Amino acid sequence: MEPVFALLTGLFLTVSVYLMLSKSIIRMLLGVAILGNAVNLLLFTNGRILREVPPVIAAGLDVPAGPTANPLPQALILTAIVISFSFFAFLLVLAWRAYGTLGADNTDRMRVAEPEDGGPPPSGY
Amino acid sequence: MKSLILRTAAPPIVSLMVLFSIFVLLRGHNEPGGGFIGGLIAVAALSIYGIAFGVETVRRAIVFHPLAIAGAGLLLSTLSGFLSAIFHVPFMTGLWITPVVLGVEIPLSTVMSFDIGVYLVVVGAVTSIALSLEEREDS
Amino acid sequence: MAVSASSPVLSEALVLAPVTALDWLVIAPVAWCIGIGAVLMMVRHRGMLQPLIAIAALTVLVCLDAMLLWHVSQGGPVTMVMGRWLPPFGIAFTVDLTGALFALAAAVVALAGAVAAMADIDASGRRYGFYPFLMLLMAGASGAFLTGDIFNLYVWFEVLLISSFGLLVLGSRSAQIDGAVKYGFLNLVATTLFLVATGYLYGIFGTLNMADIARKAPGLRDTAPLMTLTALYLLAFSMKAAAFPVNFWLPASYHTPRIVVSALFAGLLTKVGIYALIRVSILLFPVEREILGPVLALVAILTMLTGGLGALAQTDSRRLLGYLVISGIGSMLAGIAIGGPDAIAGTLFYALHSMLVMTALYLAIGLAARLGAGFSLAVPSGLYRDHAALAFLTLALFFSVSGLPPFSGFWPKVMLVKAALDAGAVWLAGALLLTGFLTMIATGRLFLLSYWRPRDERTAGAGQAGLPVSGLPVRRLPITIVAPLVVLTALSLLIGLFPETLLALARQAALALTTPTAYLDSVFAPGSLQ
Repeated sequence: MEPVFALLTGLFLTVSVYLMLSKSIIRMLLGVAILGNAVNLLLFTNGRILREVPPVIAAGLDVPAGPTANPLPQALILTAIVISFSFFAFLLVLAWRAYGTLGADNTDRMRVAEPEDGGPPPSGY
Repeated sequence: MKSLILRTAAPPIVSLMVLFSIFVLLRGHNEPGGGFIGGLIAVAALSIYGIAFGVETVRRAIVFHPLAIAGAGLLLSTLSGFLSAIFHVPFMTGLWITPVVLGVEIPLSTVMSFDIGVYLVVVGAVTSIALSLEEREDS
Repeated sequence: MAVSASSPVLSEALVLAPVTALDWLVIAPVAWCIGIGAVLMMVRHRGMLQPLIAIAALTVLVCLDAMLLWHVSQGGPVTMVMGRWLPPFGIAFTVDLTGALFALAAAVVALAGAVAAMADIDASGRRYGFYPFLMLLMAGASGAFLTGDIFNLYVWFEVLLISSFGLLVLGSRSAQIDGAVKYGFLNLVATTLFLVATGYLYGIFGTLNMADIARKAPGLRDTAPLMTLTALYLLAFSMKAAAFPVNFWLPASYHTPRIVVSALFAGLLTKVGIYALIRVSILLFPVEREILGPVLALVAILTMLTGGLGALAQTDSRRLLGYLVISGIGSMLAGIAIGGPDAIAGTLFYALHSMLVMTALYLAIGLAARLGAGFSLAVPSGLYRDHAALAFLTLALFFSVSGLPPFSGFWPKVMLVKAALDAGAVWLAGALLLTGFLTMIATGRLFLLSYWRPRDERTAGAGQAGLPVSGLPVRRLPITIVAPLVVLTALSLLIGLFPETLLALARQAALALTTPTAYLDSVFAPGSLQ
C-alpha cells in the first residue's frame, strides 16, 4: 500500500506548491489547506500501514494480547490537524482583512510595508 | 439571514447539536470523540445560531466573551496537570476518583477535566473567529 | 483507567519513584506561562490589572528560570516525563544548560518587553490581548527551549508562531496586515517543512525522543537517509532563523508592528530557530552536520553579508535593525558551521547577547521616535543635543551590536573568530570581521544622521512616520521604557566587563552538547537496554 500513498502524498504536495506559488492569496490559502493534508498523509504513511487490530488493551490485561496498529501516528496527525486548522482559520481572517484594507488579492500589489519608491538613504552628513 | 425556515429550525437544531457535542466530549475517553471534536460541533451549533439570529444574539446567549471562555478552559487544563504535584507524580499523570452517587459509580479524572478544558478552549477560540467573520458579512 | 502500581509489567513503562519538588522546575516555566496567559485572557477588559499581573508573573518566570539554570548547572540535565510514562513512550522535558540559558535570557527579554509595553501599548491594544499573547509567546519559547521531544518542539514552535501572529497584527494598520501576510505564509511553510522532516524522522527511527534519536543514530547511519533528514531540518530551521536564501519574511514584517512587539520578536523568534538548529545539528546529527559544514559556512557568510549590506541600504531605522538581526543570525550560523565545543560556545554566547541587545536596540529607537525623531534616517532630530543620555545609551548599544569592547558583543565575536581560525576557515573569520565592520558603519551612520545632526526647525515634527498616536511628539521620557532599556544596556556592559561566568557556562553547555552522555543518562538510566 505504501507506494500508492507515497504517490498520493507527492501529488498533494505538487498541487499545493503550484497553488502557493500563485500571486492570488485565495489560491495560496487553498494551497495551504492541501499542504496540511499532504503532510498528514505523509505522517500516516511514515507510521507504516498495517492491517491490525486497534491498539486497545482488553480488560484485565496489562499489555495487549497480540500485535496492534501503531497509535502514535494518529496522535501526531490529530495534533497536526488541530494546528493546521487554526493556522488556516487565522490566515483566512488575515486574507479577508488584507482584501478589505489593502484592496488587493494580488501579492504584487501589496507593497505597503515595503514601498518600492523609498529612495536611497541620505548619502552625506 | 432573514429566512423563516432557518429561524424556525435553528433553535431545536442548535440545542440538539450542543447536547450532542457534550455527549461526544464525555464519551471521548475510550471511544471516538473528545474535547476537540466536541468543541467543534458546539462551534458549528453557535455559528448556525449566529447565521439565523445575528451575531449579537449569540454573544448574549453565551454570556461570556468567547476568549474568556477559551481562557477558562486553558486554565482548567493547566490546573488538571498541576493536580499531580500534590500526589508526587509527574506532570499530567491521570488521577482518578470514583465516587458512588445513589448507587451509581461515576468515574471522574483529571483526564476528563483536561478534556473539558480543551472543549472550552476550542469553543472559545473558534467561536471568536467564526463570529468575527460573520460580523463582517452582516455589515 | 486507574492502574495498580504493583503490576510487574508496569514498572518497565511507568515512573514509580515519587517526583520531588525540584524536578517540577523543569515543567514549571511552561505551565506557569500558560496558566497566567489563561487568567489574562479572562481579564482582558481590565486595562490596568493586566500589565501588573503580567509583570509579576514574568518576574516569577525569571526567578523560576534562574533557579532552573542553577539546578542544571549544579546537577547536570534534568528530565521529567508527562503522565508517568517512561521515555521514549512519554513526552519528555529534558533541560540541559543550553536550554536553561536560553530560557532565562528569553524570560529577561519578555519582562523588559512587558514593562516597556505599559507605555507603548494603549488601552485598545491591551483589550485586544497584548499581554495574554505575550504570555503564550513565552509559553511557546520556554516550551521549545525545555522540551526533549522533537514533535513537542514542533508544537511549541506553533504556539510561538500563533501568538506571534496575534502580536504582529495588534493595531491592524495596513502595513501590519501586509507584513503579517508575508510573515504568516512563509513561516507556515517553514513549520510545515519541520513537520515533514519530523514525519520522516519518525518513519526512520520509530521514536521522537531526542535522546533516543541521538543514541540510535550511529546504528542507523549506514542504512537510513539521515543526510536528507538533516538537510530538511536545516532548511526548515534556517527559515525560522531567517538565514540567507530564506530570510525575506523578516525585513518584510519586523518593522510593521508596535515597537515593543518588534523588540520582543527580535529577541525571541529567530533565536528559537537558532536553538533548534543547534539542538538538531549538534545533538542529533553531528556527523551529518560535519558533512554539511561547508554549505552551512556559505549560508552563514551570505547571511552575514546580506544583513550587513542590507542594513547599509535602509532609510528606516526599524528596517535597519531588522537587517542587523539577520547579520547576527549569520554570525551564530558561522559557529554551527564550524562545530566543535569552542565554536558552539561562541554561538551560544552570541545568541544570548543578541537576545538582550537587539531587544534593547528596538526599545531605544522606539523611544527616539517618541521623542520626535521618527524612524526615517533622512530627518535629523538633534536628539544628541536634547537628550544626551539617551543618545549615549543608544551609542553604547550600537557598540555592543557591532562587537566592540567593553560590551557583550565583543566576546562572542572573539570566540567565533578564534574558533574559525583554529579550524582553518579563514574566509569565515574574514566574513565575521567584515560583518562587524559593516555593522559599525551602518549603526554609525544611523547615529550620525538621526541623532547627531541638529534638528532642522522647518521639518521638525511635521508628518513623520511613527509618531505616537496623539500625533504630537512626546518630550517627556516614559520611565517604563527607559528602565528596561537601562537595565538591558547595563546587562550588556556587565557581561562585557565580567564575561567569566557566562563564558564558563557557555563552554560547559557546548561541551555537554557535543558529548551528550549526561543528556542521554538523564533521560535513560545509564546502561538501560537499547
